[in-house]
Amino acid sequence: MLTTLKQKFRIWLFRPKIESGTVTLNQRRIFILPTRQGLGFAFVLLLMLLGDINYNLSLGYVLTFLLGTTGMMNMLHAFRNMAQLEIRAGRTDAVFAGDLAQFVFHFHNSGKLPRYHLNLQDGSGHSVTFDIPAQQNVEVRLPLPAAQRGWLGTGRLTLFNEFPLGLFHAWSYLEFDTHCLVYPKPAAPMPLPASSAQSGTGMLGVTGDEDFAGLRSYVTGDALPRIAWKVLAREQGLQVKQFSAQQGQELWLDWFLLPALAAERKLEILTRWVLDADVQGLHYGLRLPDIELPPGHSATHRAECLRALALFGLGDIETPTLSPSPSPASGRGERENPLSRLRERVARSAGRGQA
Amino acid sequence: MKLTASLIYGLLTSILLVSAPHADHLPLWVSALCAVLLGWRAYLGYSGNPMPPYWLLLTITLGSVGGLLISFHTLFGREVGVTMLILLTTLKLLEMRAARDATVVIYLACFIIITNFFYSQSIPTALFMLATLLVIMATWVHLQTGTLALRPRLRIAAVLLLQAIPLMLVLFVLFPRVQGPLWGLPQDAYASSGLTDTMSPGSLSKLSLSDAVAFRVAFSGNPPLREQMYWRGPVLWDFDGQTWTPGIAASNRVAQLDSLSGPIDYTVTLEPHNKTWLFALEMPTRVSVPAGMTYDFQLRQKSPVNARLRYDVHTQLGYRANAGEEPFQLRRALLLPRGLNPRARQLATEWRTSGGGDEAVMRAALRNFSQQNFGYTLEPPPLPGFNAIDDFLFETRQGFCEHYASSFVFLMRAAGVPARVVTGYQGAEYNDLGNYYIVRQSDAHAWAEVWLQERGWVRVDPTAAIAPARVQSGLAAAVPDSAVLPFMARMQSPWLLKLRFNLDALANQWNQWVLGYNQERQFAFLTRLGMEAITWQKMALNMLAYVALLVGLFTLFMLRRLTVHNPDAVQALYLKFCRKLEKKGIVRAAHEGPQDFAARAMLIKPQHADAIRDITTRYVALRYSRQSDSGALPALRRAIAVFRL
Repeated sequence: MLTTLKQKFRIWLFRPKIESGTVTLNQRRIFILPTRQGLGFAFVLLLMLLGDINYNLSLGYVLTFLLGTTGMMNMLHAFRNMAQLEIRAGRTDAVFAGDLAQFVFHFHNSGKLPRYHLNLQDGSGHSVTFDIPAQQNVEVRLPLPAAQRGWLGTGRLTLFNEFPLGLFHAWSYLEFDTHCLVYPKPAAPMPLPASSAQSGTGMLGVTGDEDFAGLRSYVTGDALPRIAWKVLAREQGLQVKQFSAQQGQELWLDWFLLPALAAERKLEILTRWVLDADVQGLHYGLRLPDIELPPGHSATHRAECLRALALFGLGDIETPTLSPSPSPASGRGERENPLSRLRERVARSAGRGQA
Repeated sequence: MKLTASLIYGLLTSILLVSAPHADHLPLWVSALCAVLLGWRAYLGYSGNPMPPYWLLLTITLGSVGGLLISFHTLFGREVGVTMLILLTTLKLLEMRAARDATVVIYLACFIIITNFFYSQSIPTALFMLATLLVIMATWVHLQTGTLALRPRLRIAAVLLLQAIPLMLVLFVLFPRVQGPLWGLPQDAYASSGLTDTMSPGSLSKLSLSDAVAFRVAFSGNPPLREQMYWRGPVLWDFDGQTWTPGIAASNRVAQLDSLSGPIDYTVTLEPHNKTWLFALEMPTRVSVPAGMTYDFQLRQKSPVNARLRYDVHTQLGYRANAGEEPFQLRRALLLPRGLNPRARQLATEWRTSGGGDEAVMRAALRNFSQQNFGYTLEPPPLPGFNAIDDFLFETRQGFCEHYASSFVFLMRAAGVPARVVTGYQGAEYNDLGNYYIVRQSDAHAWAEVWLQERGWVRVDPTAAIAPARVQSGLAAAVPDSAVLPFMARMQSPWLLKLRFNLDALANQWNQWVLGYNQERQFAFLTRLGMEAITWQKMALNMLAYVALLVGLFTLFMLRRLTVHNPDAVQALYLKFCRKLEKKGIVRAAHEGPQDFAARAMLIKPQHADAIRDITTRYVALRYSRQSDSGALPALRRAIAVFRL
């Protein structure tokens, strides 16, 4: 009973909601409570006041009241340091599992006051600290570890500050529908499949090596022998040699041709092959139990294949789910967020109607 | 937050500033040790060397606590407490490893400021406190924001303090005052200064070197003459050959005053002196605070005066005091130490035997002082012998008021006239800026009282016989120019005098309204402001209401500049034009550029097509073309102003 009431109170107070677009921090969104230091300071002030009364120190009263009201005004300063900030989530580049996903948020301070020492933190304590000068935009990158493939959400983020004296903690909850696509972690380098069941034309990798087609910039996962070391030596950056594969010769990266392995392991191997095949300039197709991507070779094709691998077996592929089912493979932020569960419960009870 | 070197310097400066005012009453070794520790910490911050190990700090701590025990013979009490606080805070700087420690140091610094008020609460102290607070706040902001430069930090700190001042004033005026103390205070809680209740050669002349204010007086009518200003303090009965003491008051007899004349009313603001007596002109008959009149006409409170005290007194300048004094009191007023000062006794006996009664003896003694080449000086030769009175009367003949009062009373007693010593202050200095009188410690004085048949106790000031100027014009007029005198007691140039009176008038207001703001003053002040039937609940409610009001105003002011949407002038004018069209139902869609919108508007309102085209053309030219024509903007403004649909 009490727990339910508490939850209802929390829902009323914090109004958990996943947002898209620009969020402006208004008084409804900012919460303030004294910090532990603030309580300690109040205790020190109380001691001072007792001393003033006991020793009839008029100037002591002045000092105590001065410090006390300064402390009190800190509440307003902490609030003002966050108020009316405009925040929107930026585009987040896909990463491989095991890497850090860089979530991008754009903070806009339209006022004439610089904002100091703001903290953006996720539920498990990853945080980033930044200042926002007056009338400027700041791009804030919050690195979060991407442990599993699929869509990675940020979960509920907390934007907080304790400016200027650390006596009050002002915070606001932010939950954007920004997601980072996490590809499976590529398996250790292994040779590409020797043949494909459907084409049967044998190894294409060798032919793909023959005709030099040009250079392109290095992408994570490119094989070392393909790097144009001479170009690098000329200080023209990290470039990779590209070779054209002959048309009609196709490589199928086929789920079903892999030996009996765990599904995740299979996805890792396929990811490795996609990367290698792309680097070697091969025409490759991807066959998964529920999807088949015809052979091709382009950056888009590579991204599509990786996306298919990342989302394999996770349900809807096209759009990131706003409140995904609590499957183990969904974003870890969602899993840790009790409010999202609450939200579902509320949604369900609403669906049943007020019977 | 990392403890950077600049943060450390800020903390060091804060601690230095809060402990500096304590330097003059800390033991020298404590000041030296603190200076060394601060220097050491600064060096560590500068060089980046590691912090000292715990065992070393522990040794220093234990060593200094031992030193305190040797210096003060105790670890309890105010002085030793303050000293320990400063020492331990300084040591804490050397043990500071995390941001939490820095916060603790800042809190301790705030606490040390308050301990300074035990010693001084003057206006300069208050100003110094504000400066110190600014440094502490700037350091505190640094602790929170890390990389911020010094100037914005100081600005933030100053803003914080300035905002707090009006709120502080509200709290100061309305916070319900409780009369302290809440618990028993240590013996040394209050400094005592001024007169004591004993008198020996040198005690008053030492006091005369002090400029400190003893009390201030405001007369409600005409003030008395200067030579009538005898501010009565402790009355001394017993003499042991060197020192006069009050003796044991063994009477429950009420003081008796009759034949009164010369009434006078005034208000005394007494500086705390940590003694029970109050000063008033001779002889007081009514006083506004609970104080009793002893059998020898002293005003005494039950508890020591340890806060500035204001009281109204009614005095009768003409009086007859205890004409029917009890015989045993008269016998007490004749006691002398046996066998001492034989020559003085002999002199007194000669006067007595020459006949003429008590008054003739008295006159003979005064004549003796004025005719035998006695001198009035602040630096009398020492009188170390047993027969100090003899030595003074017949050998050195140089003395201050205590010598004269003491030897006069001795002579009177030796001649069989009951006499006693009265100490207090004589004279006062008029401050015409504040229309009040200042009595300083340098006005301390001692005189005598003799008991005469029918007339009771009569005041006799032997000093007046030697140096009439002392009584009529003050100390500076009475002693030679070469004498060491407090700066304030010297005659000075008029503008210096004026400055000094200005400063004292300011200090007086400060004392009355800031330092003396107690429960009584608070009630009086709030009544004057129009509050009726004051209770502490009412004050608390008012306080909260005013604080809320001020915070509300601050909030409005502070949240004002958070969003700024100032389209440029051209844009503003164009928007005004759009609003005019909007009133007639022609609303510009979000996707519509000015040209498209104008085309649509001209279709709807063909009769205004020219005006719309003209305005749009001007706007487009101003906004999108590079050319800048100074007349273009006013032209657009005029065009839009006259545009009517």
